Amino acid sequence: MAPAGQRQTGWWLLILPAFLLMTAFYVAPIAQVLAISFTEPQPGLGNYERLFTSESVQRVIGTTLRICTITTALALLLGYVLAYRIALAEARARRWWILVVLVPLWISVLVRAFAWVTLLRRQGLVNQALMESGLVAEPLQLVWNEFGIVVGMVHYMVPYAVLPMLASMREIDPRLLAAARGLGAPRQTVFARIFLPLSLPGLIAAGVLVFIFSLGFYITPAILGGGKTLMVAEWIGLQILDLIRWGLGTMMATVLVVTILATLAVFSRVVDLRRVFGSGA
Amino acid sequence: MSAAGHALALQGLTKRYGTFTAVDDVSLKVESGQFLTLLGPSGSGKTTILMCIAGFVAPTAGAVLLDGRDITALPPEKRDFGMVFQGYALFPHMTVAENVAFPLRVRRMGTAERAEKVRAALDLVQLDRFAERRPSQLSGGQQQRVALARALVFDPALLLLDEPLSALDKKLRAELQEELKALHRRVGRTFVNVTHDQEEALSLSDRVAILNHGKLVQEGAPTALYDRPRTRFVADFLGKSNFLHAAVQQGGAEAMQLAIGATPLVQRILPGAPHPAPGTKLLLSLRPEKIALLADGETADNMVEGRIATWSYLGAGFGLSVATQDLGMLRVTLPSWGAPIAPAEGLAIRLGWSASASVPVEEDAA
Repeated sequence: MAPAGQRQTGWWLLILPAFLLMTAFYVAPIAQVLAISFTEPQPGLGNYERLFTSESVQRVIGTTLRICTITTALALLLGYVLAYRIALAEARARRWWILVVLVPLWISVLVRAFAWVTLLRRQGLVNQALMESGLVAEPLQLVWNEFGIVVGMVHYMVPYAVLPMLASMREIDPRLLAAARGLGAPRQTVFARIFLPLSLPGLIAAGVLVFIFSLGFYITPAILGGGKTLMVAEWIGLQILDLIRWGLGTMMATVLVVTILATLAVFSRVVDLRRVFGSGA
Repeated sequence: MSAAGHALALQGLTKRYGTFTAVDDVSLKVESGQFLTLLGPSGSGKTTILMCIAGFVAPTAGAVLLDGRDITALPPEKRDFGMVFQGYALFPHMTVAENVAFPLRVRRMGTAERAEKVRAALDLVQLDRFAERRPSQLSGGQQQRVALARALVFDPALLLLDEPLSALDKKLRAELQEELKALHRRVGRTFVNVTHDQEEALSLSDRVAILNHGKLVQEGAPTALYDRPRTRFVADFLGKSNFLHAAVQQGGAEAMQLAIGATPLVQRILPGAPHPAPGTKLLLSLRPEKIALLADGETADNMVEGRIATWSYLGAGFGLSVATQDLGMLRVTLPSWGAPIAPAEGLAIRLGWSASASVPVEEDAA
């Protein structure tokens, strides 16, 4: 097998430039982040000790996990309904639905966050409508809190939830649904026993994708949280840029990266991750 | 399983999609316990009819009756019909046993009774050893049998089969045809099958309904359809046929004299068939295997001379194309075992057939 082995080496050489580029501009900085988290302000595990002792660190992590969980749940719910509707639509209608889902992806995340601020603020459209209809006497606090963050993040995440779920739903043979009905199953049973289990890989994939994306969200929480509700990414920025506490910031960044890798490792055993990120479909 | 089949009737069934008429005023009756096959080329409306019976397609007009009761408006899950889909539609996330148990589970049958029925159904199709496999681990023929077991396990009023054998290779198809026929005899239920394969239709069915362009062309027992096709389409679609354009010379009580050019022909008149007047143009269907090779001095009701234009060896027989003076090219099949001649291009031969071998057919409306 010597010639084959040589040919293998040849192919590997082709990706060497890309590999070096990645190492230089991606792996090396992350390694440096990891290093700083152990060396600043003094060498040791001091920064990581904060995970267990500092109430503010724990609060940031708690807030982040809570917001991400709620966001993921809502995005999955909305996304599933949308994907279901699209998967069962006729070809022409389906194209329009997909366009409607994808359009938000092409609008800057900054623009969308500010759009939500104008809609949700005290004098915003939503509060005006609620007050004029007499449902509330005082304007509601809809933005610059967790509620605002969740609204903005769910809006951003729904397309990312729809796409993997739609891909997995489109693979379900419609004859299976007809067969189930023909064998005596009412519509809700067909959904619960056939459609839902068969779309489960897509649902899990979408959940992993949305949750991981949510963990590192920066712009949307920063704008819609108004600096009052801090999530991990904004907190890291704050530590490094404003408070110049590099050790603490890089420690949290490391925790974030490890959490994401751990989530991926766990779910790679359950679903085919290459499919989640779009290859091999 | 009890041997109680149910009778099905279609009354003026019509389905239109916009301006396209997929099914055009089809009326049919299937007696209890019968095996009916809907046969037709693709686009003939046979699958649409099956889907109307199953309840997946709502007819534009007409009615579906089960034992005289109108079930046209009933949704598929309430009809209690077993169905084997094209491609089988087995649930990939369930084992074979779970697939077969599905119709019982949705009927909320108890666990013990369910297990018993599933085992009996898998026994019936000889798949008891495969209960815990996934459908993807089975061969095509095995999957087909799982689909059958699943469709029969809940004692359905009717079994509907949508091209059940079309995905299998030829040899397996023949094997499963036998099995399907034996199964039908064993369970004694009413089967409605859809196929475009005329051999399958002839070998499986008690009755065959031939469809073309959404219309029912002819319906009857396989032998009746094959030997007495009503129209040119039926004669051509079921097996092979020569078509002869002849003119009536002289009528008679049981037979009439015809002619094509200078060749005289004799045609038997079936009881109850019309007696056409002299001068009438008739279209005759003549099956290739009903034409015999005549030895020197041998005679037949109808005789014609010709030369072999092309021939092919088919294993069981020879297929000959024989060029004749007045009748044009005739297709003839001869049994190859004990054939009196060795076919060769250009060989002069005499052909003969009896007055009842051919049958007058109608030209199809365009």
